[in-house]
Amino acid sequence: MSPVNLLCFLLLAGSLFFFTAGTVGLLRFPDLYTRLHALTKADNLGLGLAVLALMLRAEGWAEVFKLGLIWLLVMAASATLCFLIARGARQRGQLPWTQRPS
Amino acid sequence: MNEIFLGAATWLLLTAGAGFWRLARWPGGADSLLGILLFGTTGTAMVLVLGAALGLPRATDIALVLALLAVVLGAAFVLRSWPPEPKPKEDHEPR
Amino acid sequence: MWALFDILLLLGIVFLAWRALADADLFRGVMQFIGLGLLVAVAWVRLRAPDVALAEAAVGSGLTGALLLAALARGERRQARTAQTASSPEQPNPAQTGAGAVSPKREHLYRAFAAAVGWLIFGLAAWAVWPLPSASDGLALEARTRLSESGVSNPVTAALLNYRGYDTLLEVAVLLLAIVGVWSLRRADVAVADSAARPLFDSLLRWLLPLLMVGAGYLLWIGSFAPGGAFQAGALLGGGLVLGRLAGWGQRKTPAAHYWRAGLALGLLAFAGVAALVMKHTGGLLQYPAGQAGPWILAIEAAATLSIGLTLGALFAGGRPSNEPISAEPQESPDHE
Repeated sequence: MSPVNLLCFLLLAGSLFFFTAGTVGLLRFPDLYTRLHALTKADNLGLGLAVLALMLRAEGWAEVFKLGLIWLLVMAASATLCFLIARGARQRGQLPWTQRPS
Repeated sequence: MNEIFLGAATWLLLTAGAGFWRLARWPGGADSLLGILLFGTTGTAMVLVLGAALGLPRATDIALVLALLAVVLGAAFVLRSWPPEPKPKEDHEPR
Repeated sequence: MWALFDILLLLGIVFLAWRALADADLFRGVMQFIGLGLLVAVAWVRLRAPDVALAEAAVGSGLTGALLLAALARGERRQARTAQTASSPEQPNPAQTGAGAVSPKREHLYRAFAAAVGWLIFGLAAWAVWPLPSASDGLALEARTRLSESGVSNPVTAALLNYRGYDTLLEVAVLLLAIVGVWSLRRADVAVADSAARPLFDSLLRWLLPLLMVGAGYLLWIGSFAPGGAFQAGALLGGGLVLGRLAGWGQRKTPAAHYWRAGLALGLLAFAGVAALVMKHTGGLLQYPAGQAGPWILAIEAAATLSIGLTLGALFAGGRPSNEPISAEPQESPDHE
């Protein structure tokens, strides 16, 4: 496998790892706030790695620019949405999960 | 190389599916909002990777449109129609 | 390997479609509907149909989801209002349970009838489609051979605006009818202009809205030679209007209603106007003069983009602009955010 393809493969593998981590977090974390962490951070990092992998195979700089734009857009949008969701939940009285004393 | 992208797309489909499955099983409420985030990030990645697997040159445009509209949807959900918490036989919570 | 992906995708689509309809919690159902739209867009990509995937992602999933959410929010607010005024503590929420006033036996009968009709239609469609040759291209060959005369190089746009331009003209008319219907029924929601209370959202919009405009222009332009076109571009424009409305922009100084009306009608007027003009020249309905089809198509698409965007934004607002002079008939009180 050529070095570019190898790098592409590694980036994709990393991306899938982070996406899986995000979903595991969504499934297993105890409350809305922690799940937001999982979805916004892990999934966006996964998307970023996938975008990098695709940039390696892009044809031309316009494509590279578009891919980077997509990633920045999704990051900024997820961050803002995450904040809005968390603030809305807090305003409606949803309290963060705390560790129960054992 | 295309097979690798296809495998990645399949995996993403599975993770998104697991996310939606969980959201369908557990009681609704604010968790529905998480579905929008899931749709935004995983959906964009899925379209991008699938486009690469198929050799479709215009998949980036589709992903761009998806990303843009995911923001619109998320904002509409959070700011306009916050889902009420599911309560047994009780009336609505104060806005 | 493709088979695995296809099967998973199909299962996901069927599952989400079932849940979107069957879920008792309507908000969750709408979220599943949006997820369904995403999976269907992925399916279109899988079928190598990027134009349809764009349209599905933009209109079918994005804007329709936003409209459903707005309607759901209105229903909730009305429920809360009537619950408060009626002061009955144990009012079952029809929005949550979907209950009607029909006896269970009747309901079973209706369901069985609906299921029978559904299966009948499905059977007829399957019986019609089954004997078709699987490798047939339909009219695709003819469409591609005449593509050079059609004025554009994207076969989908050529089909929409040249070969079957009349259909698209009627589609634009249908959109106008939809907004006329909505405007006849109610007034727009009054949103609170509190963008100062949401500085993060406001700052997001400051670069997102220009990006949406540019994206709309981009999609409109590349529709001539790549997947894109007026409907997708209009959906992005509509998304921008939806965001602006959510941020409370333009609330204190709503543009006068006649600007809205002009913009909404512009698409249909331009399309019909072009149709009349070329009919005068060449004698056929929407028969563009030879070699001039490209600019006409672009002009029509530009006008249609504006109209479609305004229509979707106005549908999200839910009614005619609020600062219209009130007529004599009783109005329902405008919903407040």
